[in-house]
Amino acid sequence: MSIASQDAGIRTGRVARTFIYLVLLLFALFYLLPLYVMLVNSVKPLSEITGGGMMSLPQVWTLEPWAKAWSTAQIGVEPTGLRPYFWNSISMVVPAVAISTILGALNGYVLTKWRFRGDTILFGLMLFACFIPFQIVLIPMAAVLGTLGLSGTTAGLVLVHLVYGIGFSTLYFRNYYAVFPTELVRAAQIDGAGFFRIFWRILLPSSGPISVVCVIWQFTNIWNDFLFGASFASGDGAPMTVALNNLVQSSTGVKEYNVHFAGAILAALPTLLVYIVAGRYFVRGLMAGSVKG
Amino acid sequence: MATGAEVDLRTRLQNWLPKLVLSPSLAMIFVFVYGFILFTVYVSFTDSRILPFVDKNGQTTYELIGFSNYEKLFSLSHWDISVMNMAIYAGLYIVICTFIGLLLAILLDQKIRGEGFIRPIFLYPMALSFIVTGTAWKWMLDPAIGFENIVQGWGWTTFTFDWIKNRDFAIYTVILAAVWQSSGFTMAMFLAGLRGIDTEILKAAQMDGASNWNLYRRIIIPQLRPAFLSAFVILAHLAIKTFDLVIAMTGGGPGRATELPATFMYSYTFSRNQMGIGAASAVIMLMTIAAIMIPYLYSELRERKS
Repeated sequence: MSIASQDAGIRTGRVARTFIYLVLLLFALFYLLPLYVMLVNSVKPLSEITGGGMMSLPQVWTLEPWAKAWSTAQIGVEPTGLRPYFWNSISMVVPAVAISTILGALNGYVLTKWRFRGDTILFGLMLFACFIPFQIVLIPMAAVLGTLGLSGTTAGLVLVHLVYGIGFSTLYFRNYYAVFPTELVRAAQIDGAGFFRIFWRILLPSSGPISVVCVIWQFTNIWNDFLFGASFASGDGAPMTVALNNLVQSSTGVKEYNVHFAGAILAALPTLLVYIVAGRYFVRGLMAGSVKG
Repeated sequence: MATGAEVDLRTRLQNWLPKLVLSPSLAMIFVFVYGFILFTVYVSFTDSRILPFVDKNGQTTYELIGFSNYEKLFSLSHWDISVMNMAIYAGLYIVICTFIGLLLAILLDQKIRGEGFIRPIFLYPMALSFIVTGTAWKWMLDPAIGFENIVQGWGWTTFTFDWIKNRDFAIYTVILAAVWQSSGFTMAMFLAGLRGIDTEILKAAQMDGASNWNLYRRIIIPQLRPAFLSAFVILAHLAIKTFDLVIAMTGGGPGRATELPATFMYSYTFSRNQMGIGAASAVIMLMTIAAIMIPYLYSELRERKS
């Protein structure tokens, strides 16, 4: 360790450093424990789990629980496995994320580069919408979806997630565009470029990072949603989280813990993969959603 | 002349275009958020039991009954338990997450080798669904196959750890899983705060011979006030919204030992056919969150302006 780097921060002794590493290691184990448990128990026969071997590595390795969770496990009344619900979630997430991100980008653009009287208040109203407890909209939403004939459908859930995702996507793009030089926009305006041309040619090309942040945030949130899924689409149109819960809570027959763990990993896999590939952007999104300053 | 009018129309259109682009989103927010809030408030003043509000003959299925639902709500022991549980849950959740988050952030800020490796491990739970988290912890804490069974297998045959099945302790198992999920996120908030602290002041204090302990207590932690505030607001609002985790882990049980306002609202609205009371409980939840969020958002937006 160089003198310069020690100078810049807190100095700690050798014993203290060992202690620090030990504490960090213990916490790392704490955070990894459930993932470890899910992984090892998803590849062992049920008898090993019920026989007291939850923490051990499998004696017999098997992919049976995964196959069962994916394609034959009993979800509700049908032995379909989680597969159809996985696709439900995909077909719900993709349009909801795409549309809410595009709208968020346009809103952020208007709110920062085409300001008008009262825009901060309108933004505040959109922002507060991010934080409401969604219980407050469940009853009217159920009524509206029922009237539109959308209850229990993926289209209905797309609408719901789109509406309640706009607040966050607008927040991201607004804060990002707020520090984008307005002079460039004015200069383009003087050159005769219109509203969409400026957006398309000047702002959008530099919106890569924030788009990734926004897409990841929306994807994670919408994929992980349970409340809306359980309230508006608990049958065949259910998303993955609702199906997983049905699988785990089913009271009939033997509790197949290994299948539950495999199902849990299947439900976690998409967001986990996104986190592994683009964790940096995910954390940025989390922070932007909490520390707005 | 014609071209002049055309140009005029174009500039007028250009002036209206931004607002036009914003309007669909605003319309959605106004209808689906604020309109719906008013609607739920209205429902909370009616004796509605189930949807729809209008029957086949066009007759309304409800009557206005004033504040009766709120009176009933506050007299229900079920709601009392939910609120008490929320107080325990939110209190401990916020305090423990803040403590662990701050501790880990401080430790990680000591020029740790492999920080880039450790940090993602602390944070990945945030990417998981509460249903996944709940499933994992539910079975890990289950006496039949989880920790109790494992420790007994090691030879300590009288070891018991049945909190998740115990009315007096079940709520703490939910807190454990919730802390597991969000303490890493709290760490990230504090770490961002720590990285933003001016090192010049630290150097000066070090020159004066301040101990590390005093350095943190007197100089660094007081400077983290914004991070504490953000952490509190975010954790408090996450706590009040907690729903999935309870459903996945305990379903509100054993008995009503882990009922929270969110699970109360859900069961009164959708399974007990007491929609008016469900609506009233949702209104109380909204007011609680609004009391925390509105001052926070207001001050954030004001700061940005100045």
